[in-house]
Amino acid sequence: MADAPTIEELAEAMYKMVKDAAGKKQYKAMDIQKAMKQLYPGTVDKKMCKESIKILINSGRLVYTYFGGSFIELPHTEAAANPDKAE
Amino acid sequence: MADKTKAEGMLAELKKGPYPSFIRDIELAAETNKMAQDLIGLLELSYQEKLCHWKHGGIVGVMGYGGGVIGRYCDVPEEFPNVSHFHTMRVNQPAAWFYKTDALRSICDIWERRGSSIFNMHGSTGDMVFLGTTTPELEPTFDEITKLGFDLGGSGSVLRTPSCCVGPARCEWAMYDTLKVAYEQTMAYQDELHRPYFPYKFKFKFAGCPNDCVASIARSDMSFIGTWRDDIRIDQEKVRWYAKDMNLDISDVVVDRCPTKCMSWNGKELKIDNRNCTRCMHCINVMHLALKPGMDRGCSILLGAKAPILEGAQLSSVLVPFMKMEPPFAEDEVTYEDLPDLIDAIWELWGEEGKNRERVGELIQRIGMGNFLDAIGLDPQPEMVAHPRTNPYVFYDLGGDDDEEEE
Ligand code: SF4
Ligand code: SF4
Repeated sequence: MADAPTIEELAEAMYKMVKDAAGKKQYKAMDIQKAMKQLYPGTVDKKMCKESIKILINSGRLVYTYFGGSFIELPHTEAAANPDKAE
Repeated sequence: MADKTKAEGMLAELKKGPYPSFIRDIELAAETNKMAQDLIGLLELSYQEKLCHWKHGGIVGVMGYGGGVIGRYCDVPEEFPNVSHFHTMRVNQPAAWFYKTDALRSICDIWERRGSSIFNMHGSTGDMVFLGTTTPELEPTFDEITKLGFDLGGSGSVLRTPSCCVGPARCEWAMYDTLKVAYEQTMAYQDELHRPYFPYKFKFKFAGCPNDCVASIARSDMSFIGTWRDDIRIDQEKVRWYAKDMNLDISDVVVDRCPTKCMSWNGKELKIDNRNCTRCMHCINVMHLALKPGMDRGCSILLGAKAPILEGAQLSSVLVPFMKMEPPFAEDEVTYEDLPDLIDAIWELWGEEGKNRERVGELIQRIGMGNFLDAIGLDPQPEMVAHPRTNPYVFYDLGGDDDEEEE
């Protein structure tokens, strides 16, 4: 069995997955977890995935979005948005 | 120039009559709030054109949370700049909606400064719904409400804000402490409430008895409905009082309307075959001074209700016929202490197998109840069968003569 990734390494792998798919595919948290379990077989669990996602979201590198269901994506300006009045 | 604080045109129709009018309420807000003024204008335009002028935003929120804010923009911001952004914030209500007046005043003050000053008390999930603010106001509003001890509720593919009936706080029928359980479950699943990890939404609702005042059986994925295991307590004196002094036709109004026909009344004594009582509460509601639920209390857990979104509406069905909610707990019974494992097992399976936007009830329909129970480690039980009395696959031993049965 390969060594388990650290939470930070897992977060990097998640970030790369989301970044590579940006504009092409939207992933839900569970899609990311399933992909990470495949990438690191037998060494990654739900708790680790949740922690890694939390790091990415809390740092603002990734954001939650909602389009019918909730997804995790790179921060971007959505099509529906009107400019902030504060800007 | 038209008075922006007054709704005219088609909206004026909605102010007529003796009934509460949301237009009159928005007018009140418009006296001091520009967002409310433009809301009147935009709404009138929508009524005139028969067109919705709102665009649904999908990204705005507060840092770290994936739910609680629903983005909304209007598509004519030049005409109505004050509702260019009109985001909704859902705020987790206290259990059973008990507020101190100073908390309500503080909340109103915040929303007058930071939003449209308009609330919906309460949304159908149970939250306080703060209607209309701009993106830059989201974080400051969140800061202020958290300082008051409030938090955002759920939206998106998360555990939605749990809600409960008034329970033992004001209702004698509460079979368990709905407020306590709603609070404890809300606190236990903060992560699931704020950080989307599910295929779609998931709702808990806690009803203290089968009257189900929070409509949990129709409106929550997992319903907790108070019930009892022992016999209905009967005060025969009072039953006779209902018949004589209150002129209650017990045969017609109570006995004949018992859904399982397990009652009988001979004019002097009311009998209940408790083995066949489904605890529907009908007789107790009608003769509440004479009949009371038993004392061995807990709740039934049901799973799978939803409103029509992708598939049609469905009611939840029995998963755990009886869970003891308060100690002392016996070793061989299902208790409140088993609840976290049950919830985990359901979420684990649904997370792995659920399709995007598939509610847990739809997953059960797709894979079958048998497979679902197998996967979460529960045994099938008779109480899970809908209409067992008319189901041709359910066989009863009615306790008749053995010889006769063989004939
Ligand atoms: S559901 Fe039952 S316990 Fe709860 S408020 Fe209604 S009648 Fe009372
Ligand atoms: S609670 Fe309902 S099922 Fe039970 S005896 Fe009363 S009416 Fe019949």
